[in-house]
Order: sequence, then structure tokens, then C-alpha cells
Amino acid sequence: MTTDKSRALLVGLLVGVLAVALGLGYGVRAGHAAASRTDAAAVVARPAAEDEETSTADHTKFEELQREFANATEVTQACLECHTEAAKQVMSSTHWTWEFASPTESGETWGKRHVINNFCVAVTSNWPRCTSCHVGYGWKDDTFFDTATEAQVDCLVCHDTTGTYKKFPAGAGHPAYEPKEFPPGSGKIWEPPDLTTIAQNVGRPGNKNCGACHFYGGGGDAVKHGDLDSTLAAPPKEVDVHLSPEGAGLVCADCHKTEGHQVPGSRYAATAKDTHGKDLPVSDDNPTTCESCHGLAPMKNPKLNDHVDKVACQTCHIPAFARGDKPTKMWWDWSKAGDKNRGDHGVEKDENGWVVYHYKKGEFVWEKNVVPTYLWFNGKTTYMVMGEKIDPNGEVYINHPQGGPDDPNARIYPFKVFRGKQGYDPVNQTLLVPHLFPFNKEDTTAYWKGFDWGTAFEVGMKTAGLPYSGQYDWIETTMYWPITHMVAPAEQALSCNACHQPNGRLAEVPGVYIPGQSGHPTLDAIGWSLSGLALLGVVVHAGLRVVNRKRA
Amino acid sequence: MKTRRIYLYTRFERFWHWMQALLIIGLGITGFEVHGTYTWLGFQTAHMWHVRFGWALVALIVFAAFWHFTTGQWKNYIPTFERVGVMVRYYTQGIFRNEPHPYKKSELSKLNPLQRLTYLGFKLLIAPILVTTGLLLIYYNRWPEWGLTWSLGTVSAVHLAGAFLILLFFIVHVYMTTTGHTVFSNIKAMLVGYEEVPEEAVAAAD
Repeated sequence: MTTDKSRALLVGLLVGVLAVALGLGYGVRAGHAAASRTDAAAVVARPAAEDEETSTADHTKFEELQREFANATEVTQACLECHTEAAKQVMSSTHWTWEFASPTESGETWGKRHVINNFCVAVTSNWPRCTSCHVGYGWKDDTFFDTATEAQVDCLVCHDTTGTYKKFPAGAGHPAYEPKEFPPGSGKIWEPPDLTTIAQNVGRPGNKNCGACHFYGGGGDAVKHGDLDSTLAAPPKEVDVHLSPEGAGLVCADCHKTEGHQVPGSRYAATAKDTHGKDLPVSDDNPTTCESCHGLAPMKNPKLNDHVDKVACQTCHIPAFARGDKPTKMWWDWSKAGDKNRGDHGVEKDENGWVVYHYKKGEFVWEKNVVPTYLWFNGKTTYMVMGEKIDPNGEVYINHPQGGPDDPNARIYPFKVFRGKQGYDPVNQTLLVPHLFPFNKEDTTAYWKGFDWGTAFEVGMKTAGLPYSGQYDWIETTMYWPITHMVAPAEQALSCNACHQPNGRLAEVPGVYIPGQSGHPTLDAIGWSLSGLALLGVVVHAGLRVVNRKRA
Repeated sequence: MKTRRIYLYTRFERFWHWMQALLIIGLGITGFEVHGTYTWLGFQTAHMWHVRFGWALVALIVFAAFWHFTTGQWKNYIPTFERVGVMVRYYTQGIFRNEPHPYKKSELSKLNPLQRLTYLGFKLLIAPILVTTGLLLIYYNRWPEWGLTWSLGTVSAVHLAGAFLILLFFIVHVYMTTTGHTVFSNIKAMLVGYEEVPEEAVAAAD
């Protein structure tokens, strides 16, 4: 072989190697990541009809259920004849106690019984209305937990598969036992459900069971969470890839994997960074995390997996919340309530037909397809409990996610930021518990009966056992709702460009270097100045050469 | 002036030089977009090509290093401070008086003292900094595994500083090619391998 030929061969080989390097730049890494990767498709969906096909019990054949039930507690007693431990389990769950031991150092007891918010503010003094979402019957005053029996556990709200069981909105957890109108004067009649048929058709909870309360938090469809509304009962794939029948076809309980009636996945104690990965087949920690099914490096492109240490899955995979049919409430101003002459008898709607004013509740702002606010979150959140002091001169946070860039358990996480205006006591510097819903037919102290805030706050605070100065004013408050549902199909996840650009989505998030967004302003200034000087230098040098050459 | 052709740059050397030039230009264009200096391809595309060009450059560097050592060409980069002053004086004064270039290129010694220093700095300082930080940035999530506790911002700042040094080099380097026997004689030599040099220059080098 001549030298020329072997050289040509060498050059050819080199070109080939470079081409391979260009084409497979990612290959090296892709291979490395493949071992720990899970295709989402590998997380197999459960067939919807599984209950009927796999259950070992047909409740229509049970003698205990071949009867009329005078009220729902009789159904529960029948259930407990076989499911002897079920009521005990439920009664120790958050669904029953509405209490939650704070995982923070505060040592507080949270849960709906104790916290305060900027939606309907507080449960205390408003029981029959609020407790229509309690997993029990008869919580109409603060003596409930002293006297409640196992028969008062509501099995059906979670286990009805007929879709006909409905708790009456102001029935302290009971369904209607005779046709009743609600809201009063609306003409909407709540028919008593057929308890026998329902009892004979119980099964595992579906999306509508959970949704009966969780889709309607804050007093209506989509109001509270932003990522939970009635669309999720059977959503299109674009709205929620997991719950959609065209998607994974999962139900809530597939991730909120309940054991002994204890439902995991509370926002009071979230897992912002799951370092254990897949929980299948046995859970080693919180089973509701994305990582529990998808593992710790779920993406095909290894560079995307590089993000998981700092960025929560939700941040990219939930590009916006309230993506279903319903708008979510973003602002609620209680101070404007009480004007029965505004709009149509005190109810005003915008061009979309969304109620933007209600004389009982005040002014609202609704939004759809909302871009979340992004914050560092380590899973822990502060919560305000009733009676807690506020600083009226600062921003009042009902709750606030914890964690920062240096916290190893924190990741950047999407939130719905909900703001509102609510009553506070300027003397005692506490948020006020309003008595909104009347105790009984004679009670006119409730705001929704007497429309007098002074009385409503006085009775509310007294019922809560908290001091009230007699003075009230209005104050803006802020609440954060972690966004974790409404995961979009992968192809609709945020692109790199969403964050990696000068005013990207995470521009406000501190302490993280984002190429393309963060920059190095000083270094940039030095670099470009020097480059400019160098350019100027060569231009001047060249100019001098030309001038001198001509002269010569 | 009488000139004669000397064979300065071998086929591989020319291929290496131009491939490196293309890759560095590509890395600069995509890199500054990844940095957020401007938007053209979009971050995602710019990043993808930046990484590919980077790997290609690493492959090229491996071959070039092999070539340098097997051919003995590395000796061209042995630094010397001798006559650096003369070189500086030429480029700041003599060149405007049409004085002859003080360094006489030859097949055996084709880089002048300033080139030796600059290219050696490029090869031993700037390129390693850029390649090392570049690889680190690619393997960002394995830093804890490797016991590294640097911040992403710091490493990317070093990478950026290296990029600016290359940019400075690029500006001056391209301009300096025009200071040969004729404006394009240096570039032509790097394309065809042969350079026209003044007859007496060769004699002087002999």
C-alpha cells in the first residue's frame, strides 16, 4: 500500500468516526440511562371492569342487604356485620378525624377542624354545610366526636358504584331521605337515593367517588385545587393522561394506594423528592409520587433526566392547571358580599357564564389554563390554624411551601396561588372565623341569614372558643395549592425553551442556574468588551497597514 | 520578490485544522444560544447540536493528539521566549513599514514564537478547560456520585470564560492570517498545504 493510499484511508476513517460521534453524541449516555428507565407504557393500566370480574363477593346475593333501609346508618351497620374492622379503620383516618398531625416542627394539629383558609374560611360554626363532605353522618355541632358511633361512618360515599348516592349539601353528611330543595329557592330537588340498590352494588372507589368531595372543594366544581375538577371523572387524554380512559385508565386510588382505609398522598405531608423510586410491587414510602411508578430516571433523553434533582416532574408535565372544562377560582373577596341588588338579585355572571359576584360570598375571579407559580418545595408546608397571630402589615400567608435551593429534599414545584380578602380582628391580629351557615331554622346570627358581619364573626369566634375584640376589618391573604394532577401526555409537556430563555417560566425562582436564562452578567460584560476591543484592535491594525502600504 | 513553494501542512493537518475550525464555529454559535445571548435555533436544537459538536471535537482531539505524537509534530509547539520581543515589534511597528517578517517559516519549523505560545496555550489551557467543563456539564447529574460539590453556575461560568478566550483567539487568529506574504497566502497554505515564501527566507532558515 502506498503512503498516499494509506493516508486517504486514515482520513476516510477519521471522517467516519467524526460522523458517528456527531450522530451518536447522546448514545453513550442513552445507553447508560437505559438500565434505569421505565417506559410509561410499561406501567400497565388496569382494565376498568376489573372489580366485577375479579371480586370474590357479589353483594346482591348477601342476605343482610335484601331489605329496605330507613337511613344510611342502617346500611353501615349491615356493612359492619361482615367488614368488622372497617369502621375502626375509617375512624382513625384523616377522612374521619379531619385532623392531621403536622410533620413540621410546629407540633400543631392541622386538618379541616383546625386550619383556616381563604375559601369558606373555617368549618367551625358551619358544620352541617361543610360536613356534607365528611365521611360520616350527623356532624352538626362540636359534640359530634364525643358521641359518634361506628354506625355513623359513611361507607357508601366512597364505595357506591351506581353513581346515585349523594350526600345532601346541608345534611351534615346524610343523603336526603325525602325530596329536599337545595339551594333553598333554587328549585333543585335532591331525591332520596335507593339505599338498597346502592348497598348491593358497592365496590372499589372510582374517580367519581373521590371526586364527589375533592372535585368540589371550596364550595363548587373546580373552585379550590385548580388541578381537580369534575372533568377528571373521565377526562380526555390531554387533560389527564393517567385518569383518562384513552390514557392509562387509572383511578385515584391506584396512586393513592389505600391500605386499611388510610389514604396516602396528603398535601399536608407531601414528598417533593422521592429518592426510592419504584414502589412496585411493595411500597417503601409514599406511593403517590410519580417516581413510585416511573422510577428515578424515567425519560428517554438522559439530559432530561439530569433535571430530576432540582425540578419536580409536575413542573414540566403539567404545563397549566384548570385545563378541563371548568375554570378555577383565583380570587375571592368576601368584603364585597351582601349586595342583593348587584346583578340578577345579587348574582352576577361574566360573558362565560361564570359567577363573578354572589351576595352571599362576594367577588370572584376565575381562570382556565392557568400557568402555575413555581417555588422550591421540600414537601413541608406551614399552615395557619384558627387563632394564629398574623402581621397585618406584611403579606398574610395562609400556608407557605417550605424549602429552598440548598435544601436537598426540595425541588422546583408548580403551585396555584390563591388570593382573597377575608375578615380579621385588627385588635387581636387574628383571622376571623365567620359563622356563615345557620345552626338551625331560628338562627339569624349566621351571615347567610342575617347578613351582618359583626354578628357572624362574633358567633363564629365564640363557637371556636377564640377571643374577638368586636372590631373587624378586611385583609388580603394568600394560599398555595400544589399542582400534581392533570398530568399532560408527554408530547404536551413543556419544551426546553419554556424555561431556557431569558424570561423563562422559572425566571423568578431563586438559587438555580438555568442555562439560557440565568446568564453571567459580569462575565458577559467582560467577555464582550474584550471581544469588542480585539475587533477594534484588528480593524485599526488593518487600517494602518492599508494606509502605510499606500504610502509606500 | 522571488518566492518558492514549501510544503507546510500535511493532508491530515489541514483536515484537522478546518474540521476543528468548523466545529469551534458551530460550538460558538450554538453555545452562545444555549447561554441565552440570542435566540435563533431555539434552546433545545442549539443544545442538541452543541453536545454533538462537542463530542465530535473530542473525537477529533483524540486523533490529533495521536498525530502530533506519532509524527513528531508536537515539537512545533515547544515554547520559546527567544525573539518574542522581535515578533511583537514586527507586528506593532515593522509591519506598517513593510519590513520583512522576522520569522522564516520552513518545513521543519513552521510556527513563529508567538504562534507557538498562543497555540500551546490554546491546546494546553483553553481547550482542556472547555472540554473538561463541557463534559462535566453533560454529566451534571453524576457529580454527587463522583464526589463533586461544585455548583452548576460556577462550572458554566468557567466554560463561558473559556468560550470568550476562544472568541478572542478566533478574532485575532483570523486577522493574523492576512499578515502573510500576501493577504490570502496563509489561508491558501492551510487549504492546499503549500505556501509561497520569499526565496531568501528559506535560505535564511537553511
